[in-house]
Amino acid sequence: MRLTDDQRAFAEGRHGEAAAAALRIVADTGALLGAERLIPVSSAHIDGCLYHGDSGTEFAEFLYRGGGRVRVPATLNVGSLDLLRPETVLLDGHRRQMALRLMRAYVALGCRATWTCSPYQAGHRPGAGEQVAWGESNAVAFCNSVLGARTNRYGDFLDIACTITGYAPEYGLHVKANRAAKVLFTTDAVSDRLKGEDAFWPVIGALFGRRVGDAVGAVDGLGGFAGEDRMKAFGAAAASFGSVALFHIIGATPEAPTRDAAFQGAAPEEIVAIGPAELRQALDWLSTSAGGAVTAIGIGSPHLSLAEFENLLAELRGRTARLPFYANTGRHVVQRLDELGYRQQLDAAGVTIVADTCIVTTPIIADGHGVLMTNSAKFAHYAPGNIGHEVLYGSLSDCVETAVAGRVVRDPALWR
Amino acid sequence: MALSGRTLFPGRAEGVLLKLGAPLSFWGGVDPDSGRIVDGRHPQRGAAIGGTVLAVPRTVGSSSSSAVMLELIRAGHAPAALVLGQVDAILIVGCLAGRELGYACPPVLEMAADRIAGLATGRYRVAAGNGDGVLEKIGPSG
Repeated sequence: MRLTDDQRAFAEGRHGEAAAAALRIVADTGALLGAERLIPVSSAHIDGCLYHGDSGTEFAEFLYRGGGRVRVPATLNVGSLDLLRPETVLLDGHRRQMALRLMRAYVALGCRATWTCSPYQAGHRPGAGEQVAWGESNAVAFCNSVLGARTNRYGDFLDIACTITGYAPEYGLHVKANRAAKVLFTTDAVSDRLKGEDAFWPVIGALFGRRVGDAVGAVDGLGGFAGEDRMKAFGAAAASFGSVALFHIIGATPEAPTRDAAFQGAAPEEIVAIGPAELRQALDWLSTSAGGAVTAIGIGSPHLSLAEFENLLAELRGRTARLPFYANTGRHVVQRLDELGYRQQLDAAGVTIVADTCIVTTPIIADGHGVLMTNSAKFAHYAPGNIGHEVLYGSLSDCVETAVAGRVVRDPALWR
Repeated sequence: MALSGRTLFPGRAEGVLLKLGAPLSFWGGVDPDSGRIVDGRHPQRGAAIGGTVLAVPRTVGSSSSSAVMLELIRAGHAPAALVLGQVDAILIVGCLAGRELGYACPPVLEMAADRIAGLATGRYRVAAGNGDGVLEKIGPSG
């Protein structure tokens, strides 16, 4: 690893003990990954604010006490508490206190208190080709794929280490040549009607993720249907069911105006044809429950955009949910909900707005052994392990109709 | 027979081999309070990874796995050593952060996934030095 004078100054402790530790972490990780140098990054999204145990708080406070401060602008991913409505989260005394200390430590380091896994919809949108250091798997996928900025998957600790030093190892997706697609997914056998359904996107995202693993893939035939929230849902699914950090939707994402551009002129190494049979299989992965009963509804992983709240209100049509209904979002959207008068409508409909955190990362749902219905592949993937719930996947409409009826309502015609 | 691998994090340790039969995300897949696999879809759900030589052909999922790794280290439920089929910077960063905080962290070796697949059950020793390391069977599982 060749360090520049500025980087050596960090390593030698001239910016303090925390900055030296941060540079060691960045440089050692880079060496493991075969990077020859560290490159400057212009922004970061930090995924270190969830309480997984006291060690995370210990590390953040270690950095703060050692004089660590952010060198580039950084947004914060979700924490384990809803700071806007503290009673939402059921964490007990010690855990609650440590979770709060963790969140405060990251703010003290100079990060912006955004508390969202959709930072790209909270005003943090690096430009195409910009080098950044982002954490949170869905945010990484969106940042690389939809914005065309360049980041690897920065896990907890490495992300703040990059933010404090302003450097990241040059390897992987920071390098243009590594951003070329290798695997082509075709969708000729999927109807245009289905491609135009929001509920299709998490399903094909899960399928894509499981097939492609950590390779770069490109999907053909979806360009005309790919809105921002659909690509967000696709990326979150692909990053949960695989290790996808970059995907291309030919005709929609910035590095894939054409198939040739997505593959940087090379031929696909593998072609995967997706049709109704593959989609049915992926749909099965998204549910662990046979669909007999549902105890709660959860939407908003990644955090809901304003447009997604508008879709929710349109589906509700003034009706009230009889089942607990959790809509997870960031405070950037909560502010808009208040301004537009949507909050009152959601309250009246029995929808619990969860901000700054979400239902699968911290205890919010009291009953630990229910069945969660969701339109999010990421919730479907993580709810069984994280909160002990079975999951049932459905469209937003299925989720709302089930909540209103108080029993499972699903429209099977959607998938024909 | 000793197998050589590349050192991803140095150290020496021994334990009973636990070879994962499917990819695992530590975040959402391992309970940091107990060290048990809790991913409902994982074939080894319920198995405890603490103190084992954990062989992982492929990892998946969330970038929060570094935090779960560090918490397993702090709470004493970390594997004794890790043998990875591919470099997983997210897990190793948990060790790098642990080192800065003064914790003893498990050695990590990288070894081809097909060689991991061929490992017999038993007790193993990992010696991960500067650059290269060795994985050696030293006895039966019991």
